[in-house]
Amino acid sequence: MSDIPEAAVWAIYFAPIISFVVIVAFLRRRPLTAGRISVLAVFVAWLLSVWTLIAAVQNDGEALAFQPHLWMSLFEFDVELGLRIDGLSAMMIFVVTSISLLVQIYSTGYMAGDGGYPRFFAFMSLFTAAMLGLVMSSSLLQLFVHWELVGLTSYLLIGFWFHRPSAAAAAKKAFIVTRFGDVGFLIALVLIWTKTGTFDIAEINELAQTALSGAVLTGFVLGLLSGAAGKSAQFPLHFWLPDAMEGPTPVSSIVHSATMVAAGVYLLARFFPAVEAAPGGVQTTIAYMGGFTAIFAATMGVVATDIKRVLAYSTISQLGYMVMAIGLGGYVAAVFHLFTHAFFKSLLFQGAGSVSHATNTFEMPLMGGLRRFMPWTFWTFLIGSVSLAGVFPLAGFWSKDEILLDAWNHDKVLWAVGTMVAFLTALYMFRAIFMTFFGQYRGGAAPEADHGGHEADAQAASTHEPDSHGWLAHPHESPRSMVLPLVLLSIPAIAAGWLAPSGFFGELVEGALNADLRHFAFNPNIVVIATSTVAALAGIGVAAAIYYAGQPRSEEIRSGLGPLPRLVERLYYVNEIAEDVLVRGVLLGGIGRLAAAIDTYVVDGVVNGAARATRVVGDVFRRTETGQLQAYTSVYVLGVVFGAGALFLFAGGLLDRVMP
Amino acid sequence: MLTTFLLLPLAGAIMAIFLPAERERDARWVALFFTLLAFIVSVIIFVRFDTAAEGYQFVESFEWIAAGEAGFSIQYLVGVDGLSAPMVLLLGLLSLVGVLISWNIDLKPKQYFAWLLFLETAVAGVFISLDLIQFFLFWELELLPMFMLISQWGSGRRLYSATKFLLYTLAGSAFMLLGFLLLGFSAGTFNMAELAASPVTDAIVPMAIVFWAITLAFLVKLPVVPVHTWLPDAHTDAPTAVSVMLAGVLLKMGGYGLLRISLSLMPEQAQEFKVILAGIAGFSVLWGAVITLRQTDLKRLVAYSSVSHMGYVLLGAAAMTDVGLSGAALQMFTHGTITGLLFVMVGAIYDRTHTREIAKMSGLMHQMPLIGIVFVIAGLASLGLPSMSGFVAELTTFLGALQAHPAATIAAIFGVVLSAGYILWTVQRIFHGPRAPEWEHLEDARNWPELVAMGVLVISIMAVGIYPSILTNAVESGIAPIAAIVGAVA
Repeated sequence: MSDIPEAAVWAIYFAPIISFVVIVAFLRRRPLTAGRISVLAVFVAWLLSVWTLIAAVQNDGEALAFQPHLWMSLFEFDVELGLRIDGLSAMMIFVVTSISLLVQIYSTGYMAGDGGYPRFFAFMSLFTAAMLGLVMSSSLLQLFVHWELVGLTSYLLIGFWFHRPSAAAAAKKAFIVTRFGDVGFLIALVLIWTKTGTFDIAEINELAQTALSGAVLTGFVLGLLSGAAGKSAQFPLHFWLPDAMEGPTPVSSIVHSATMVAAGVYLLARFFPAVEAAPGGVQTTIAYMGGFTAIFAATMGVVATDIKRVLAYSTISQLGYMVMAIGLGGYVAAVFHLFTHAFFKSLLFQGAGSVSHATNTFEMPLMGGLRRFMPWTFWTFLIGSVSLAGVFPLAGFWSKDEILLDAWNHDKVLWAVGTMVAFLTALYMFRAIFMTFFGQYRGGAAPEADHGGHEADAQAASTHEPDSHGWLAHPHESPRSMVLPLVLLSIPAIAAGWLAPSGFFGELVEGALNADLRHFAFNPNIVVIATSTVAALAGIGVAAAIYYAGQPRSEEIRSGLGPLPRLVERLYYVNEIAEDVLVRGVLLGGIGRLAAAIDTYVVDGVVNGAARATRVVGDVFRRTETGQLQAYTSVYVLGVVFGAGALFLFAGGLLDRVMP
Repeated sequence: MLTTFLLLPLAGAIMAIFLPAERERDARWVALFFTLLAFIVSVIIFVRFDTAAEGYQFVESFEWIAAGEAGFSIQYLVGVDGLSAPMVLLLGLLSLVGVLISWNIDLKPKQYFAWLLFLETAVAGVFISLDLIQFFLFWELELLPMFMLISQWGSGRRLYSATKFLLYTLAGSAFMLLGFLLLGFSAGTFNMAELAASPVTDAIVPMAIVFWAITLAFLVKLPVVPVHTWLPDAHTDAPTAVSVMLAGVLLKMGGYGLLRISLSLMPEQAQEFKVILAGIAGFSVLWGAVITLRQTDLKRLVAYSSVSHMGYVLLGAAAMTDVGLSGAALQMFTHGTITGLLFVMVGAIYDRTHTREIAKMSGLMHQMPLIGIVFVIAGLASLGLPSMSGFVAELTTFLGALQAHPAATIAAIFGVVLSAGYILWTVQRIFHGPRAPEWEHLEDARNWPELVAMGVLVISIMAVGIYPSILTNAVESGIAPIAAIVGAVA
């Protein structure tokens, strides 16, 4: 059992690819079969991922001995494809296939009746394959290729309802903003190859510890950080993520938990030895970027009224935690939080999807009281929220506390920031719970009427009659295909953290590191635990006071804070700065207009001017065409004399060569 | 073999011209037959090309002007190496595509197809000539069919654009001829292989002038900023097939000339000026991309993107490392297929909507899903998405160039985010959004010539992207001697 053949690991990757090809080639008109094939493929991948995980555990998390395969060779530029299966990647493969499987089962219900159903599952398969390829790559280049494919497929999925202008814009934005980060990643990739001549991840990490100069490592790690900031939505490249909620909710559930956004943190974890070897300033940069993102995004979560956007800011904030942990040297803590977060965040997004399935909206002010109509959704959402808030003994508690512990040990400022984030996290999650599930039902919204849209909603809604309260007076629990994944995801959302105390998880993922970097020990600190627990409970208490008891009322708090709430609600104007000022203003309006003007008036001006001048000169010389043979002859003779003279004076050598 | 490839289209052109007037529509079948044959020959040449052997292959020659008093001869001399073999394949492929997408030409079809075929012969001559004078003759020969095709079958300000194209190129090639003569007289031969074996180091004027006289012509053809403004005009007003040929193969004549002549025959000067070349390259990439972002005419947009992407060719060439030069060679081939496909798609859209104004189109994915999907594929390839051929070429270029030209390379890498910007923004504006009632009548691609043209280009883009070895082995064998020549004087 401990030996897993290489082909079995490759099969994890190829199963969803085959599903994609089969759906595109044969099942475009057979939606139900397409969905089943896709689920079946990822189920097969999941089974094999369990096998892979067992093999990795039995190997103490160290890399399995697979040899790479030469794919292309061009002088010293060799491309090798190979598998890097160790504790880190095996864990990620397991998480990706697990989440993908549950999300796809959920999607068979959520997407039912949508005109693009087969297309959805084709993209889902391709997306899963791209993410799997990313985490199992043995070479940086192979990782980068899949990194970009993840970007592509998220573009396709976020823009799945491309008839909606907002979805099309969000998809484009996600791709371009993350690609902006990828410029740094690409520079890092080219730089490291130029300096080492290899793309092999293990070799690069080895050389980073032994041979590479600080300057090269600084460039390399900051380049990786740039790529990670794009994919994992770190400030200042975070602003694509909330818009990405335009995608169908299952897409949010997978993109914002185990895939895509996880890729950035995974990249930094994968190259953790290089990060550790880089000069200290680099690590501080990483840690503070993460810490700032964590608190910055959390504040926006507190004011959002769209339940998916609350979760989106939460995702950014939690990713900030992870990036901060990497910068603080907390490799295990970062990876552990990545692991637990994947489950409860996927759960929460699916819960939000279930809620909107019943109410046709994501706007929390239109919800309320859903606890009575949707008990399964309510209880599972509550579990996810408590876990995310970091309350003992649920999963989020363990992983968040390890991050805070690392912060406590290395940087008290970041510890304070992290604890504050814990408070805000509990606050916005319970604000969402009270607004959504408690109080009076406020009626939901009418289903979207436009073509090809979310027809599932329209169908579900059409079985009910609107009454005076609004669209649906009696929302209903979601179908079993959607409830089942919620229940299954609740299990790891509760229990995934229990892998921490025994050291099992830490040892597994540390197997991926060089031996001298392994120093994980489960070492809880009572101060850290106490403060973070108090912070979380305080957040819940404040939320209950404002949004359940109504004392004090949120409007009063708001008016007491002056212009601050508005600043936060407008997301600190980052979108405006990026889109209106930088892209439309500086790039298109300034540089672009200037360049185009230079092309039109200067470059073409010279060209057209030269043409006009030629014509004028031609007009002048035309007058010399008098037809007088004598004049022609004398000019000809003069020309020959001057020409020959010039040749003898300046070009004696030429004649020698032509007439030796 | 090569002579067959050279003369097949010419034979087709003659046959098309002599079709009886009442059967003039059959000219397309004649054109298809001969371009298909030529394509098959080009495939045979590429497949049978021995990547392990040194030197030129499929060489054919005869003395044209015998060595007499003058001490040099001008000869018919053709052959291919790993640099030109992919170009021959690209030419064969795109000429076939050009005929297929011209299937419904009504205006003087005999002449149209004759000129199109003649164009193939002329460009073929450029890629397979191993004699400078012969190279120059074909280089000039190509202008005639291009001028006729743009001015007769074009649109808009077609005469202005055709003339601009002609004059720009002529201005460059006048200096090129001068440079060739200086090289040839100094060495006593016009044979490229002999010139490469012992590069001329001394001519009657400083070698730097010779180098720039020749290189300027190639830079105009490539084109790079600031000698690029002929390109958007020519593209915008040319018929679709001519745009495909122009972007797909004619621009490559510039890149090919750089590698085959500027670098191989004058390595010392190339090394001396490589920083300037790299600077121009990095500047072109960004300048072209920024202006592309502002375009409102779909065809002009693709045209300007070519300026940006051909900057990568110059960057790879300026790197003067084996990997960088390979990147340039790869980029020439991949840009040919990718931009060729983009122009095919632009033509397909224009045929249906009769507009190229991006602002007037929206939601076309609803009516034309296939055209939309293929356009997106071409766009993704153009923005350098891995698994498509453009990525392989760009990455190879960057890898080869960073050490020698860090600033220009980083500038060029920034080009990839700009290209993502203009491609995806274009896709969003044209294809996304709700159904537009004014476009409800549009039909998706259904004609076989169109489908075949799209199909072969998509396949070639994906094939090279997923398994680059089919191209890189040939490129490696072609670049190795050039890299050795420029490396020897570094």
